Amino acid sequence: MYQSSKWQPTGSLETLTARAQMFARIRAFFATRNVLEVDTPCLSLGSISDPHIEVLETQNRFGRNATTYYLQTSPEYAMKRLLAAGMPSIYQLGKVFRAEEIGRRHSVEFTMLEWYRIGFDHWQLMTEIDQLLSELSGEQIECERLSYRDAFQRFLGCDPLTIGIHELQQLCHQHTEYGLQESDRDTLLELLFATVIEPNIGTEQPCFIHSYPASQAALARRQLEADGQETAARFELYWRGIELANGYYELTDADEQLTRMRSEMSEREQQAKSWRQADERLISALKHGFPDCAGVALGVDRLLMLLLNKQHIDEVLPFGGAYA
Amino acid sequence: MASYSTSDLRGGNKVMVDGEPCAVLDNEHVKPGKGQAFNRIKLRNLKTGRVWERTFKSGESLEGADVMDTDMEYLYTDGEFYHFMATDGSFEQHGADANAVGDTVKWLKEQESYVVTLYNGAPLAVTPPNFIELEVVETDPGVKGDTANGGSKPATLSTGAVVRVPLFINIGEVLRVDTRTGEYVSRATGK
Repeated sequence: MYQSSKWQPTGSLETLTARAQMFARIRAFFATRNVLEVDTPCLSLGSISDPHIEVLETQNRFGRNATTYYLQTSPEYAMKRLLAAGMPSIYQLGKVFRAEEIGRRHSVEFTMLEWYRIGFDHWQLMTEIDQLLSELSGEQIECERLSYRDAFQRFLGCDPLTIGIHELQQLCHQHTEYGLQESDRDTLLELLFATVIEPNIGTEQPCFIHSYPASQAALARRQLEADGQETAARFELYWRGIELANGYYELTDADEQLTRMRSEMSEREQQAKSWRQADERLISALKHGFPDCAGVALGVDRLLMLLLNKQHIDEVLPFGGAYA
Repeated sequence: MASYSTSDLRGGNKVMVDGEPCAVLDNEHVKPGKGQAFNRIKLRNLKTGRVWERTFKSGESLEGADVMDTDMEYLYTDGEFYHFMATDGSFEQHGADANAVGDTVKWLKEQESYVVTLYNGAPLAVTPPNFIELEVVETDPGVKGDTANGGSKPATLSTGAVVRVPLFINIGEVLRVDTRTGEYVSRATGK
């Protein structure tokens, strides 16, 4: 409900000053590393194919035919098109949008820092994140690194890559009272991860979870483990119960990317979710040729919450939630 | 009955889960980075009072429970049913069985007002007022001179409830009692 009296900022002036300083430090960090700032469009004619991320749409009704635009959920596709066109390592600090639940850690509009490092793999990128976090927090931070498999072994006593579906259903049901009818492995694994593992990792130092199941590769390349199991060269960063970043050693194979995109679109169709134009310009860009690189997206508002010890995302935004 | 989306459920909503009417106590959103979102919902079964947690996919829908809280006055018991009458002017009467009355039976006093939870039009639960004034029908004789400090003793009230009271309380006195904790609060004033 709109109330004209709610004009004041939700973040304190002290917090908003810290926010401005963080932006300046981020830009300085990349300037010294010769990583260029880019600003791709917020409004795009194509969007992501993720089955579980919903996108805000808007229309320009000026003129005879209305044009539908999608608000970017991350600048990933556009930035990759720049890389394919020959740009060197780049970063972007800007607004992204997701049509999802509003809450303590979620805002429809939020600020994302996303960067791509040509010639890096995901391990080198994790090290650079350590350096960025150290720079922004003023303390030496070295994140823990734990594989998805080791995390499941440690907290649930099972191997997520080889566990049988019935055993997995039982385990999930035992912890959440959900799962006996769920046939999708990844849904079960993700629920277990979110409810049992997430609260127990990164409680002091931040923690990278890496080497995800191959089925959760998203836009990461796949790799073979020593025992022949396939995993994804993907990592996520968790700190004090908050998911802070998601990164990949990027997939460069256009055909593989197209297959994954189509499979996600058909999953959306099966679940009767709304159709949207998948940004297949990414596929054309990959076909043209794409450099070996690693990339990551980091939630800046969440990082600010953690560094300033704030409990609600609205406290670090100029005008959060109902005050926008 | 309206249905609710699990992502919109809020504390106080009444829904059917496994065929049982439940009150929502809390709804926590669980969103794995790129995966299916869930809602972990804490519920109280309105029949048994049991509190438990269930996980649903976000956006799944739950049927609303036809549950209504109504202010009613307690009239009498016929040995099997406890009879209540609505205080909204409709004079509508309902008989609640021992199951619905539950522990509230020890706080039932004629002409006192209770919240009767109706499920499909029949009493499901009876909630007493937070504070109730009842007469002492049995206790050891009062100890003179002992006012604030000192021990306590059991006293049986007119409804059958037994509460700990200070030593100076006598039979026939009217006490104010907290029904949520079952504890003595004070002597009733003005009665």
